[in-house]
Amino acid sequence: MLSQILYALPFLAKGFAITLWVSLLVVVLSLIAGVLLGVGLVYGPAPLRWAVRIFSDTIRGIPILVLMFFVYYGLPAAGLHLQSFWAAVLALTLFKTAQVVEYVRGAVASIPKGQSEAAMAIGLTFRQRLTSVIFPQAFRRFLPPWINGVTDAVKGSALVSLLGITDLMQAINQVIGRTYEAMPLYILGALIYFSVNYALSYASRRLERRFAFIRD
Amino acid sequence: MGYTLNFNLIWRHFDKLWGGLLLSLELAVISIAIGIVIGLVLAVWYVSAGRVVRAIIAAYVEFIRNVPLILLVYLVFYGVPTVIDLAYSAPTSFVVTLSVYSGAYLVEVFRSGLEAVPRGQLDAGKAIGLTPWQRLIHVRLPTMMRITLPALSNTFISLFKDTSIASVISVPELTYGAQWINFNTFRIVEVYLVTTAMYLVTGYALLFALRLVERRFRAAR
Repeated sequence: MLSQILYALPFLAKGFAITLWVSLLVVVLSLIAGVLLGVGLVYGPAPLRWAVRIFSDTIRGIPILVLMFFVYYGLPAAGLHLQSFWAAVLALTLFKTAQVVEYVRGAVASIPKGQSEAAMAIGLTFRQRLTSVIFPQAFRRFLPPWINGVTDAVKGSALVSLLGITDLMQAINQVIGRTYEAMPLYILGALIYFSVNYALSYASRRLERRFAFIRD
Repeated sequence: MGYTLNFNLIWRHFDKLWGGLLLSLELAVISIAIGIVIGLVLAVWYVSAGRVVRAIIAAYVEFIRNVPLILLVYLVFYGVPTVIDLAYSAPTSFVVTLSVYSGAYLVEVFRSGLEAVPRGQLDAGKAIGLTPWQRLIHVRLPTMMRITLPALSNTFISLFKDTSIASVISVPELTYGAQWINFNTFRIVEVYLVTTAMYLVTGYALLFALRLVERRFRAAR
């Protein structure tokens, strides 16, 4: 049993690399898209605000799995052919983007109105108010929940296995298919996911404490 | 290209989706009921326990929260029966998994709820001569329930969405029904449009109903 698992380790490591790669892509892409849309939701013109609100509420209202199947099987019907890897990344990114939008909205909304009024009073332009007053403060409120949400991206990445992508989850299932050592391998897999996510949530707790001083 | 929407086949097989939706709700309701019991017992135990018990409960919570649900579903359905001599159906297996999963999240919810009960209430209970058990049943738990109600309804709604994972072990819930129609009729866009609408309408209806319940209990304060 142990020798079989040792033999499978390089294969599992490859799967693990895919898991990390998917997670990283999703986290980075959703951060960019989410911050842009989130700022649009708070400061944009009404049509944009409505569009972002509908996007976010719809995406957060359905299971990631359904979103993933919709993107994977549905895009070709719309004439767009993506590799399964990119379809999976796109679906997970859409989902995460909706979350980031809400973090941004919450962070900006938490800055007292007096801050932007004071900035207006000393004659800062709209752009200056955002970049020198609102965003630096909102950033600190945004960071802890966002880092907490990174573990969701790692956990969510396990769903790409259902599209036949050999991430850690799929690699484990394939090794079990050959060795029939279901329990040891699932536990090994759980421990790997656990280590990564526990480290991430530990980091987020440290950061939360680091930024605790701005709690009012 | 040239894809034209045609919902006829979806309506012909709509029983798969409707039955699936009902099963999804059933799975979520049973799981949260068991999860609440697990969460309550462990949370009450946690706040009064010694270091060892606390460490064990914390280990359970951290483990579950940091592992993908799909892996837990596989582990319980395919893994556990290889170790212990037990046979159970896929829906049972999923309910067990989702209960243990929601239990871990609810321990945290209830624990912070218990800590948020104002100290004065407990002192008042002590002053009128309630035993520790009476203080728990009549003072701490009712107040805690009111505090945790919003978190509880959020947990329920996310569990309802998590039931879609049951499709990976062929539990015929809503997502499974959608995939069945997808593979058998190839009306891909239509079936996922309808399924998405069903999840959205049900989810937001639940949210609305639960918010009403919350308001009702907040007013009683």
